[in-house]
Amino acid sequence: MSTVAYSPPKAEPIPVAGDYGPETRVDYINCAWGVRSWLLTVDHKRIALLYLFAITAMFFLGGAFAVLIRIELLTPKSDLFEPDTYNRMFTMHGIVMTFFFLIPGVPSVLGNFLLPIMLGAKDLAFPKLNLASWYIYILGCLLTLAGIIWGGIDTGWTFYTPYSTRSAHTSVMPVAVGVLVLGFSSILTALNFIVTTHTMRAPGLTWFKLPLFVWSSYATSLVVMLGTPVITTTLVLVAVERFAGVGIFDPKAGGDPVLFQHLFWFYSHPAVYIMILPAMGVISELVTAFSRKTIFGYQFVAFASMAIAVFGFLVWGHHMFVSGQSPYASTIFSLISYVVAIPSAVKVFNWTATLYKGSISWATPMLYAIGFIGLFTIGGLTGLVLASPPVDVHVTDTYFVVAHFHYVMVGGTIMAYMGGLHYWWPKMTGRMYPEGWAKAAALLVFFGFNLTFFPQFLVGYAGMNRRYASYVDEFQVLNVLSTAGASILGFGFLLPFGYFGWSLRYAKAAGPNPWGATGLEWTTESPPPPHNFEVTPTVTLPPYEYATHN
Amino acid sequence: MLAEIALFPKTASTIAGDIDSLYFFIIGVTVAISTVTALVLVYFTIRYHRKRPDEVPKPIHGSLALELTWTLIPLVIVLIMFGWSVKLYFRILVAPEDAVEIYVTGRQWMWKVQHPEGQREILGYLPSSVEGVPDPGSEMHVPVGVPVKLILTSEDVIHSFYVPDFRLKQDAVPGRYTTLWFQATKPGRYRMFCAEYCGTNHSKMGGWIVAQEQSEFQQWLSSKADRSLALKGRAQFLKQQCISCHTGDADARAPVLEGIYNQKRQMADGSTVIADEAYLRESIVNPRARIAAGFQPIMPPYQGQLSEEELLELIAYLKSLKRGDIPPRNEETPPPAVKPDALPEPNKP
Amino acid sequence: MATVPLAHHFRTPAQQHHAALLGMWMFLITEVLLFGAVFLGYVVYRANPALHGGFVAASEHLGQSVFGFEHVPFLGAFNTVILLGSSFTMALAVRAAQVGNQSSLVRNLGLTMILGTIFLGIKAYEYHHDWDIGLIPGFKFDKAAWAGTGVDARHVELFFVFYFVLTGLHAIHMFIGMGLLGVLWVRSRMGRFGREYYTPIELAGLYWHFVDVVWIFLYPLLYLIRH
Repeated sequence: MSTVAYSPPKAEPIPVAGDYGPETRVDYINCAWGVRSWLLTVDHKRIALLYLFAITAMFFLGGAFAVLIRIELLTPKSDLFEPDTYNRMFTMHGIVMTFFFLIPGVPSVLGNFLLPIMLGAKDLAFPKLNLASWYIYILGCLLTLAGIIWGGIDTGWTFYTPYSTRSAHTSVMPVAVGVLVLGFSSILTALNFIVTTHTMRAPGLTWFKLPLFVWSSYATSLVVMLGTPVITTTLVLVAVERFAGVGIFDPKAGGDPVLFQHLFWFYSHPAVYIMILPAMGVISELVTAFSRKTIFGYQFVAFASMAIAVFGFLVWGHHMFVSGQSPYASTIFSLISYVVAIPSAVKVFNWTATLYKGSISWATPMLYAIGFIGLFTIGGLTGLVLASPPVDVHVTDTYFVVAHFHYVMVGGTIMAYMGGLHYWWPKMTGRMYPEGWAKAAALLVFFGFNLTFFPQFLVGYAGMNRRYASYVDEFQVLNVLSTAGASILGFGFLLPFGYFGWSLRYAKAAGPNPWGATGLEWTTESPPPPHNFEVTPTVTLPPYEYATHN
Repeated sequence: MLAEIALFPKTASTIAGDIDSLYFFIIGVTVAISTVTALVLVYFTIRYHRKRPDEVPKPIHGSLALELTWTLIPLVIVLIMFGWSVKLYFRILVAPEDAVEIYVTGRQWMWKVQHPEGQREILGYLPSSVEGVPDPGSEMHVPVGVPVKLILTSEDVIHSFYVPDFRLKQDAVPGRYTTLWFQATKPGRYRMFCAEYCGTNHSKMGGWIVAQEQSEFQQWLSSKADRSLALKGRAQFLKQQCISCHTGDADARAPVLEGIYNQKRQMADGSTVIADEAYLRESIVNPRARIAAGFQPIMPPYQGQLSEEELLELIAYLKSLKRGDIPPRNEETPPPAVKPDALPEPNKP
Repeated sequence: MATVPLAHHFRTPAQQHHAALLGMWMFLITEVLLFGAVFLGYVVYRANPALHGGFVAASEHLGQSVFGFEHVPFLGAFNTVILLGSSFTMALAVRAAQVGNQSSLVRNLGLTMILGTIFLGIKAYEYHHDWDIGLIPGFKFDKAAWAGTGVDARHVELFFVFYFVLTGLHAIHMFIGMGLLGVLWVRSRMGRFGREYYTPIELAGLYWHFVDVVWIFLYPLLYLIRH
């Protein structure tokens, strides 16, 4: 048994190539070769890489739609595409990005790879189920891609009835079924994470010694498990209504379209927390590792995750202030929406306080982390505008909302995902990424992002509606700025794709702990051996104890 | 060129300025908090930049006092925002009693507007609106300085009636009525959009709200006068044979409808309801949902048999009914259903 | 004698058992929400005064549809008894596995499957009958039969949408349960389970009881309530 204790690197924090001798060690990548060894693997680390490939593909697909949207919006008229084509573009952008990238992104790639290692376990509790969820994810992708190729879909990612069940003449069925199938993948992964966190912790690893990434993954998994089944049945009902031609949500037969909105947002608002909570966990890891300090207020950050998970289920009605929902319901939803802002604010303040008197590195993951804190703060605080019913009446369904959720989803989740990917890349592949290129990409993403989405706050309050194929001339200048930003942003996302690939072959070896970070994942080799640890670790210290053994 | 850039909407309704104040308050707090956070972040990042590779700072585990401070102060701030919001929200919801009522029915991809005096206008994707902007003739006239209440519904999918310069929007949901009220403050032309995605020409389903001074508006009304909405409803009332049961006699098979609007009604199950538009509509399309006390459920449901417009006409008629307005049965020549002096001269083609 | 197959990533059989049990409970929680959303829609519509009449009439129709029983949902009641009985034999099977009674385990699993088959058979008969008299929404729904009854045929149809979605989802769960039991029955005969290792039997038991409990809610909500 080894104990986990931290000792800082003595001199050069990043080892040079060749320090670790020729590659003779057996790790999870070189332990087996061939397509079968990947497609039939039950190793959580290999499954994480399978997810990485699939999710990256979906990210670039969704990104391609975004590029086309921005090009069309350069001019007020719908001159590049017919309105019908444009409507498919934004729908498919939304569906691919939310359901196939943002929701599974951090948990399925980083969570799958790290959760068992952070717990000192050899694998997730149900390895075969883990592989099954990847195949279910792929099945969902294929169904959706079939729908996209076979005519596309134009309902908006929200599938609002009765448009989706009566009016849309596009491939709603395969896409709705694809999203429904995907839900099972999320549920199985979440179930696996919860059981693993409960039953597979290493000796001595009590709940309050867990890394915060584990806490936030746990909270996320709870939300996934309680929310996803509802969207599953809702989409089943939409499919039945569309297939059988009966009126479940269609008022022509006594149905209620607003009931659909309640059911949809009961899942889809918590889904926003499914997207952001794991990202917050990543940020807690990055902020501590690159300031070499323990997190400020560990228990507050941990419980903030749980509070977000719980309150997140009680705010769905703030999407429906103008839907004809009871004004008293709107008032309650507004109050809880204001309250749910508090735990997020607590997290931001604790991260900032963690930096105080730290030893702060400017490595790429930290740049992403700082970018995240800034942009998430803007995204979160503009949520206060939307939580206010009278102001929301004006800005809902405008670009203000678009800007708000892109600040949270791109400025938050994707920034954290990129930061986490850079941080754990050496662990996953055994190679460092090229720091200079990575810094350049991080800066491009940050500036490109702000140029893209900040003008959208302005144009939204000025009254430009979302999902508009053509718009009035007054809004053109801000839209041109936005498109210019998007081209920078797109380039910033393409760069990592190139240099990560390059690093697999040419970059220097990383060594077990290139950052001098604490955490069980840094006590094992890079890449880790097939069963993560040679001997089961015993944990005696809380996480992030950088100073204890100095 | 610069004049054409819209950075901020015009302020053209009584509520717009107040919504802007609340918006600026929230945005002010947002900007303050994010600026301070960003400055502190950047300062820490530079001030505490790592000096030596083996540097390990002293740990700080937290501070209950600080945690409480940055939990409670934001809580108070958001509760202030909440209180302010609720106050304003109920002003948006509750229309003044004397508001002019205009019926607006959405359908892919146009809005059909019906003024109480019978004038009709259409906003949206007209054959003449080819590209981008809606047809300039796609207008809806409203008076300035008078509260106007829109009663919205939809014939197909969900739409949303949005006037940025008034800071107001409301979904038009098929199968039910929703309302939106405003009082325009300045004469002018204000853009109106559909805000809920509704298909191919969603972005063209809009037009102009033309706000006019009272006198000018009255002039426009009389130039466009048509048979009144209630008058058309009266014709429906006779055509659909409503009159055969709903006579003016107190001992008829069906309730007397004169003066029914906004009256408190006793139901067979002991409950009471206010006979508002929603109740009147329900009583026509699905009369057995709630049975008036003392009557048998004998009325057939009219769901699907009347168009939304015909329903609106009937409801307008019911609302106009005063004591003695119901004509005797078998009467052939319908007298005006509203007081003759309130009616503009009908246009002769 | 049964031996415990311990997967490589668990430290002890107890840990493995705990993980499996927790996993099944978590899965059942998601199942509650899966059914819960449809239940919610059903209850909201049933409570809606505009739809209420149609729903009540449709629900009465479920009751008196077969064998001429007036106002007694006979088949539903019979199926409830069958399903409760199958839960009883399932509990006996779990108990038999725990005490290592091989023959009782095989017998009770077999009985549970027989009762499950009877349930599905009766359900199939009910569906068939619904088809015959035109109660299948969207495909074979006899709107004319409701003319003059004072209820809106479309509201009756809406009731049957919920009826088929709810009982259909339940039936799918029954089929999955039958498949699980089949596999376990074969493995029990091979002597794979005993006092030391009975986790799969216990999990299948939890699942079976859950499916049973769902029916306990379905039956009164669809068949019995007259308000």
